[in-house]
Amino acid sequence: MSERALPPVTALGMASLALILAGGIYLAAHLPRQVPLAPAVVLLIASALVLAINLVLLARVRDFAWGTFFTVGKWALLAYVITAGLIEYAFLRDGLSGGPLVVLTLSIVVYAVHVPVLIAFTVARYA
Amino acid sequence: MTDVVAEPLRTGESGREAPAGRADLQIVPTRALPAVGVVFALLVWAIAANKLWPLMFLHVAFGAAWTVVDLFLGFIIGPIMRRLPVPARIELTMNLMPKTVLLMPTLVTVTLAAGWQLGTVMGTVDSAYFHHGWIVASYIVVACMAVIALGLLSPANIAVLFELKKPHPNPAVIQKLMKRFIYAAGFTGALQLGILVIMTRIRVG
Repeated sequence: MSERALPPVTALGMASLALILAGGIYLAAHLPRQVPLAPAVVLLIASALVLAINLVLLARVRDFAWGTFFTVGKWALLAYVITAGLIEYAFLRDGLSGGPLVVLTLSIVVYAVHVPVLIAFTVARYA
Repeated sequence: MTDVVAEPLRTGESGREAPAGRADLQIVPTRALPAVGVVFALLVWAIAANKLWPLMFLHVAFGAAWTVVDLFLGFIIGPIMRRLPVPARIELTMNLMPKTVLLMPTLVTVTLAAGWQLGTVMGTVDSAYFHHGWIVASYIVVACMAVIALGLLSPANIAVLFELKKPHPNPAVIQKLMKRFIYAAGFTGALQLGILVIMTRIRVG
């Protein structure tokens, strides 16, 4: 089985997810106290940056099964938007508001975009 | 755990053809979608009701199922697959993997969402809780499991099904993806043992 040279999409995706999870753990570990949001914001920005780098690296790949990538990606996106919605609902149900809600909502957006990218990439690389 | 690809590809070496793929193979078993919908509706109801028993039931039942499935895949199915000839491995994969596409995300989502809400009801997610260190440890273990499941396990699950739908699936690709899937399931299963230790420690007090 010959492997094409592709960017480290999976590794970067896992790193991005680890960063937002670290931010989430930081916030959750201090509940219900108010804590400085800066560490969580820095982790979120780093995670979003890794997501952007991943998308740029992927977009530069030539001779890739983009049709398969987008077909799989849109359905995976639908599935993960539903799970993201459930998580968001739990946050709102618990009365989360203000800065922590913004940080966690944006973290969920990164999650809901990056996981479908990882699934679509893994399928398309072998298409 | 097992090394699914450690054994040589008998299909290729013996000159036999790899089994044909199944174009009718469903990536997502649509007949099971209503059941998933019911489970998610129960989850939303339990969170909205904010009552102890429904949350406890969903968290414990789905958490136990998640642990058992991970351990079963990693430590029982994995070694069995290693001993099977390639066509049998592919046949097992064709029957097993569509079920895990819906099963695993459902188990994970219900366990975590119900668990978080249960923690708010019982006060165990409060940083003043006397076992707070153990609770934070459980967050870290769950985060490790989530990264592995979302980054490795779930993509491999979907990708192997797409490969199996091809007229002539590549056994090497299937074995590579199945190795990734089984290793990831086994590793998250091992981490689940850590969660069991933490949860029982918290329960005992």
